[in-house]
Amino acid sequence: MDVVSLSSVDLAIAASLLVLLSLLSMLLSLGLERKILFFGGRMTAQLLVIGLVLRFLFADGSLLLVLLMSTVMLLAAGREVQARQKRKIVGLSGYLISISAMFVSSFSVTVLALLVIIRVEPWYTPQYAIPLLGMLLGNTMTGIALAMDRMTDQLYGRRGEVEQRLLLGQTWQEASRDIRSDCMRTGMMPIINAMAAAGLVSLPGMMTGQILGGTPPVEAVKYQILIMFLIAAGTGFGVVSAIWMSGWRLFDERHRLRLDVLDVERA
Amino acid sequence: MYLFVEHLTFLDKGPYSFAVEKGECVGLTGRSGIGKTQLFRAITDLIPAGGEVFLEGIACSACNPTQWRSKVTMVPADSHWWHDKVGDHFVEFGQSPLLRDNCELLGLDAAVLDWQVSRLSTGERQRLALLRALQMTPAVLLLDEPSSGLDAYHTGLMEVFIEQYRRLNKPAIVWVSHDPEQLKRVSARVLRMEQNGLYQST
Repeated sequence: MDVVSLSSVDLAIAASLLVLLSLLSMLLSLGLERKILFFGGRMTAQLLVIGLVLRFLFADGSLLLVLLMSTVMLLAAGREVQARQKRKIVGLSGYLISISAMFVSSFSVTVLALLVIIRVEPWYTPQYAIPLLGMLLGNTMTGIALAMDRMTDQLYGRRGEVEQRLLLGQTWQEASRDIRSDCMRTGMMPIINAMAAAGLVSLPGMMTGQILGGTPPVEAVKYQILIMFLIAAGTGFGVVSAIWMSGWRLFDERHRLRLDVLDVERA
Repeated sequence: MYLFVEHLTFLDKGPYSFAVEKGECVGLTGRSGIGKTQLFRAITDLIPAGGEVFLEGIACSACNPTQWRSKVTMVPADSHWWHDKVGDHFVEFGQSPLLRDNCELLGLDAAVLDWQVSRLSTGERQRLALLRALQMTPAVLLLDEPSSGLDAYHTGLMEVFIEQYRRLNKPAIVWVSHDPEQLKRVSARVLRMEQNGLYQST
């Protein structure tokens, strides 16, 4: 089955729905019409650019370019995780924690999947590596950002309790144990819920896309299952390492809670 | 010297120097916001500070911080609780008869350890926080307005209780209070805290 190629006219029809929506927004004085049009346009430009980049990348297929592209994606994801936090750890260490956690959750899992599971030749074939990495980055980001945000927020809000426990001679690990496990649970819940709902409530986007692209449903489903497993595992490992690293940053070697490493002005 | 605080500086305050002998209770006073609690936090090594604190000649910086805090501990004015049940905060003593006796000496209900924390009043929390700190038998006890949530009767009970504990276990005690009469009752001498140092109060 061939894919029905979309013409500019087809996309323009879909875009007219957005224009309609912004008209409605104006009628209801929601004040969103500019945003809808602006971000709709920006999304189009972003995706067109990435389409061109991917076309170039797929044609070239060198390891260097694939690595360069994945590094850019990783850094962008780290920045996004950092931006989603209310009370973030200031300075370079905050970014490093976010980037390292995303590295664990996505980079390592992608390489593992390419080498051990998909076993495509060569392992860095961009048609596999880049979408896989993007999928993992995008989907594990939510959990990691959520867990880190909760960690700093909880330590800030419950500092009296934590310091009381330190005063009773507990180590920082003991004093923050409840908070840390709570944050890890928070970070992992969305993906667990997504697994529960997959196929029943929601048809995952990647599978839907493959089916629209002409892949037989069972093949598409197998890939989706693989992706779900990778996302769940990546989220879990990423969340655990993010919380672990945040803990080391938020407490010092004298087992003191150092909230001065948090940026609270914007909170 | 048992507890010796030497040129302690933190934030933009200090230097603070003072010594407390074993089994001695020293009063500490000073206007609200001068940093009495922060001084205690610096002595227990909860905040970074300049200078040094010694216990029996051993410097804080030479000690493991968790061991230091179980020897040099503070009872904050507002106590915090994290388990649902009161008794779960008393691991070491468990449900020992001594702990129950101490509860009664402080005028607490004998069954208080089986209660939910949410049921406790401010005054009950304050007294239980003291007992919780004592289960480590600290060598230095820093009390931050320990009776601020208590009525006159229970304040009296607490003063007697701490006095007896001091005679028996000989800790060094620093007692923060805004009540000069109370400090006269419980301590032999009183220090007044100012921005730039501690002064003998007369």
